[in-house]
Amino acid sequence: MLTIIRERLRQGHRTGKFPKQEPVLPARFRGAPHIQPGLCQSGCDQCLSACPFSAVQLIDGKPHLDLGRCLFCADCTVCSHGAISFTNDYRLAASKRDDLLTSETEHRLASALDGQMKRLFGRSLKLRQVSAGGCNACEADLNVLGTLVFDLGRFGIQFVASPRHADGLLITGPVTENMRSALLETYAAIPEPKLVIASGACAIGGGPFITSTETHGGVGDLLPVDLYIPGCPPHPYTALDGLLRLLGRR
Amino acid sequence: MTSSKLFRFRHGLSIPLADIPRLDFDEFSTSLLEEIADAGRVANYFGRPVAEGVELYAILAHDWKGEFAVLRTSVKDRFPSLTPQLPQLHLFERELAEQFGLRPEGHPWLKPVRFHKTWIDSSDIWGRDTAKHPVPGDMDFYRVEGEEIHEVAVGPVHAGVIEPGHFRFQCHGEEVMHLEISLGYQHRGIEQLLSGGPHPTSSYQIETSAGDTTIGHMTAYAQILESLSGTDAPPRAYAIRAIALELERLANHVGDIGALAGDVGFLPTASFCGRLRGDYLNLTAELCGSRFGRGLVRPGGVGFDLDTKLSQYLLDRLKTLEGETRGAIDLCFDSPSVLARFEGTGKVKIEDAEALGLVGVAARACGLVRDARLHHPFGVWEKGFDAPVIEIDGDVFARGNVRRREIFASLKLLGQLIRQLPEGPVASSLGGLAGDCLAVSLCEGWRGEIVHAAITSATGQIERYKIVDPSFHNWSGLALALRGQQISDFPLCNKSFNLSYCGFDL
Repeated sequence: MLTIIRERLRQGHRTGKFPKQEPVLPARFRGAPHIQPGLCQSGCDQCLSACPFSAVQLIDGKPHLDLGRCLFCADCTVCSHGAISFTNDYRLAASKRDDLLTSETEHRLASALDGQMKRLFGRSLKLRQVSAGGCNACEADLNVLGTLVFDLGRFGIQFVASPRHADGLLITGPVTENMRSALLETYAAIPEPKLVIASGACAIGGGPFITSTETHGGVGDLLPVDLYIPGCPPHPYTALDGLLRLLGRR
Repeated sequence: MTSSKLFRFRHGLSIPLADIPRLDFDEFSTSLLEEIADAGRVANYFGRPVAEGVELYAILAHDWKGEFAVLRTSVKDRFPSLTPQLPQLHLFERELAEQFGLRPEGHPWLKPVRFHKTWIDSSDIWGRDTAKHPVPGDMDFYRVEGEEIHEVAVGPVHAGVIEPGHFRFQCHGEEVMHLEISLGYQHRGIEQLLSGGPHPTSSYQIETSAGDTTIGHMTAYAQILESLSGTDAPPRAYAIRAIALELERLANHVGDIGALAGDVGFLPTASFCGRLRGDYLNLTAELCGSRFGRGLVRPGGVGFDLDTKLSQYLLDRLKTLEGETRGAIDLCFDSPSVLARFEGTGKVKIEDAEALGLVGVAARACGLVRDARLHHPFGVWEKGFDAPVIEIDGDVFARGNVRRREIFASLKLLGQLIRQLPEGPVASSLGGLAGDCLAVSLCEGWRGEIVHAAITSATGQIERYKIVDPSFHNWSGLALALRGQQISDFPLCNKSFNLSYCGFDL
């Protein structure tokens, strides 16, 4: 017992100060993109051809980045004019699929639930997680939210074992054909009203498996989504920030 | 022994297909069994559709000689199953049946593996409707019958934040008589996506074939492309890959020990290790921006360099983390109540481990010396890796203790690797791939050996890519570990193996 107490004192208190204090992320961390169409040269499509997943799109001749398709690999930064770069900003979650289309000026973050829903879930949100073809990186970094650094419980958010105990579904993975019915059955088992959260590039749009015939290219066509958390996988702070925004607490 | 029928090689080399003799099936099976009897084991076994049927390739590892042998034959609709003589082939043969509609006659356990349609236009050997996608888990499960026997079915959706799989326990009271594991829910068709490549998307699909083993799988893939294109990755790139590989091992092993502690209700270690795992992941993020090492390993080298300032930062952090990790872990291994739950639980005998072809942590915990860094070294490991961690009891304690000892071995290795980082560039450019070649590559990931194999077409495209994650061999080990245990010991046994669902399902 004494050794345990001694070790406890040595390990110290580790709960982070988020959201009062902004987290410090590694210098090489790739977060929200910074797009400067002013630097674009006409006829140049280096960023378009560098992206293997068509996350970079030209709209009215200006580059946009679809964060729902983006794996944050930064291959598009090969642009010799420097029109696209990535910042250290981990805040990425959005309420609508279209809001993930980021341009020079627009990067719309998730908004809070409406009054009634916020009254219901604002102080206690229980989520059932379903991994529908995820590679286990999204799952691992969601699990991390339960550790003492992030301590999800202090926000009243918790992952629960049964859909019957849940207020919402958090989905990772591109939804493989083999997980489709299990996912829909889990959704059906959650009492109304319920939320759906798509976490990670796979769940939003199929991620690296977008062209596979064995997957459905994300949750979008199967269920109504209330929160999109981009990333491959999303950083735990990206997920936490998204959840808190949804509950109107950021 | 039967050298004329075999082609022997060290991994990392590409072999022209013309050099691999085509055997008839009898010669193939006799040579295969002889090789296994001569201290060999099956590292990879796969089919490639050709005009006249399906060609089978068996890649056999001879660990103590540090070499591989490859055998080739071709079959049409059916072939005699070798599983009764060689249980380690059971999943490979089921895979062939599922992918190409081949019938391994006499297979004692012929069931689907991943529940997908056949890859070529052929009949389904289970008689399922070929027009529809198969239903996952739709098969006959092994069933024990009798009074007081009951069945417990779990999944595919589990209670925690984990991947899906289906488990069926045949129980007599609390005692598990048999556990059958049915996977395939995560099947994303990776091997098919890779064919015709290398595509610009291929690296990303390999990185996410098992997300917690990004560095391991990417290293194996990069080595395949380097060998097929005759490119030498610079020594500095090899060293950075090795650093990332050891960081991946550390993060996962520390997390696993925390999870094991959590499963026996020993919360101090569970909490400390949960946090420490994140600290190790953050070191990988310092290296490449991603906690899972995305974008770090690339064919030809690595995507990020490690400068002096970052090296010093890593060394300083590792020193602090080593002390904290030791404190957190020793607490649990010094605790009699924890040891009482770990010791003797979920035993796998060495004979069974050998028969099933277990690899990695699970094999080393049973006393099998299997570590690709020792037997089949590449890059920095060629200088000598002499510290494989072996335990002999084959129980939860042994698997936990292999991890504990590997953590400290990894920390020591990391210190050396960072201090002795070779100078020079971190990537070389990759040329085109050689046509009509077979390449095999190996990497000791944190779970165990990862074996990739590729066959190129005449024009140098990847025609068949085959991935074997350590979990592919080891899930059967978990099923065996549960026999005679209490069903309540399942979570503990499961964590002690901590196998990948997506790495298996691909």
